[in-house]
Amino acid sequence: MSETLEQIVKDMKERFAVESSVYAGDTTLLLSPEYLQAAFQTLRDEYHFNMIVDVTAVDYWPQQEPRFHVVYHIYSMLNNDILRVRVPLNGNGPHLPTIEKIYPGANWKEREVWDLFGITFDGHSDLRRIVMPYDWQGHPLRKDYPLGYEEVQFTFNAAEIDKRKPYAKD
Amino acid sequence: MTNIREVTVDELRHLVSDRAMTGETMLLNMGPQHPSTHGVLRLLLELDGEIVVNCIPDIGFLHTGVEKNMEAKTYQKAEVMTDRLDYMNSVGNNLVYCLAVEKLVGLDVPVRAQVLRVILTELQRISSHLLWLGTSCLDLAAMSVFLYAMREREMILGVMEMISGQRMMTTYIRPGGVWRDVPSEFVPAVQEIVNVMPGRIAEYESMLTKNMLFTERTQGIGVISAEDCARYGLSGPVIRGAGVAFDLRKARPYSGYEQYDFEVPTYDTGDIFGRYMVRMEEMRQSVRIVRQALSRLPAGPVLSDNRKFVPPPRSEIGVSMEALIHHFKLWTEGFNAPRESVFATTESPRGILGVFLEGDGGPKPYRVHYVTPSFVNLQSMPLLTRQHFVADVVGIIGSIDIVLGDADR
Repeated sequence: MSETLEQIVKDMKERFAVESSVYAGDTTLLLSPEYLQAAFQTLRDEYHFNMIVDVTAVDYWPQQEPRFHVVYHIYSMLNNDILRVRVPLNGNGPHLPTIEKIYPGANWKEREVWDLFGITFDGHSDLRRIVMPYDWQGHPLRKDYPLGYEEVQFTFNAAEIDKRKPYAKD
Repeated sequence: MTNIREVTVDELRHLVSDRAMTGETMLLNMGPQHPSTHGVLRLLLELDGEIVVNCIPDIGFLHTGVEKNMEAKTYQKAEVMTDRLDYMNSVGNNLVYCLAVEKLVGLDVPVRAQVLRVILTELQRISSHLLWLGTSCLDLAAMSVFLYAMREREMILGVMEMISGQRMMTTYIRPGGVWRDVPSEFVPAVQEIVNVMPGRIAEYESMLTKNMLFTERTQGIGVISAEDCARYGLSGPVIRGAGVAFDLRKARPYSGYEQYDFEVPTYDTGDIFGRYMVRMEEMRQSVRIVRQALSRLPAGPVLSDNRKFVPPPRSEIGVSMEALIHHFKLWTEGFNAPRESVFATTESPRGILGVFLEGDGGPKPYRVHYVTPSFVNLQSMPLLTRQHFVADVVGIIGSIDIVLGDADR
């Protein structure tokens, strides 16, 4: 971790009560959702993180609190630092404010997170599915979403599985 | 299946201007089967006569769920899927995944393997730029460049076949090094490419750079400023074509790039022509890097000897019980990675290519996420195409060099 990054992490700890950790040279901040927009505004304007590299999420199902971590990677061209910000979210109707206004590049990335994880971004200008078909049911990268194989019916659960099995009948 | 729901116009209402509702502007669908969209990209164009008012890209036709599938495989086996993402840069995809795995488990790579990785990724960069040159010029109706570019690309694919048995999906780079040592014909073959390429690049430039038919179609078209590039997270030749010397090989070197002497070409205009000039110069710089790498290719092992992560060579299995156990364990169960997450970045021919990898203490990745340059660069399509002719949209798609396998994953 460079000196500038160390200073930034220290400041962020004071201002937004983040927790920080370092693994294999990557610095991670754990930020609570209510500070999200303010923290990113500060990181962009005051600490020169001018580029959004990535927005994604990790699902820790069956754990519910928190169930998701939304993971942001931002890059500072001036200081040549990459910073990871993780935002924990509970499983019940997960939603976060959008950072699209701060980093326009986050638009599609947030759409992708919504599409694949079902995390809503409040205030997003165009929250449609992006990689899955528009009429898709469910959010495939969630851990409780099966990989796509056919569920095997046995005598004891044939009727139960039959109910939720998509057939060509309708 | 259940009823197929049709997308109504109302759902896309917020994306088009008010004039579209009165019929003053026209909505035109381009793709996904259009030959010049470089794959299955669909663009919804809002047109005022022949001028583009807005462009709404629609991706996902090539979504294959690679990230979900990788979660169900061990670290070694998941790598095979990475080739299929950006099929023009399969070596680079392997490299960034292996860098992430190595970072996660703390695995070191022998020097010879690192130099081989650099040679191969740079060759792949040349081959990717050649394909870009051929196809994007084809979009601008310059047929002959395509044939020239394919001729040289063939030599590079020949080298890939020589080392791995596959022309495109090589999976040659593995966690801990490379699959096996290169054959003795490898160095002369690469030497041959390095010797002929500068002359050939000059040949392409003589056909294009001062050709009025080409410059008229490229200069001042699809202009983007350096600030917009950073705001939208665009990288690679797009941001360098807008005058920012941003290259992760220089900024955050990996695989020993800091030891090579090369320049980051930039061009100030930010238009299609600027991106063209940057890519042409990049090919020259890649040749320069390969030449340096060939001269310093050291002898030695090409795979780490850390047996907890790297399977032993066949010769050891016959004589060592330990080796047999390691071989069995690594190919049946795999190796365990800590409950941590890492982010590895490389500079692909198209821009920042990153992998976010999270382990859960077991032998399978808990979460793999590819940060792909095509996805990010495609997002800038509305910005690039506004107020241009429909005919230029084709040139602009070509100039940002998208690979839909990369964008959709």
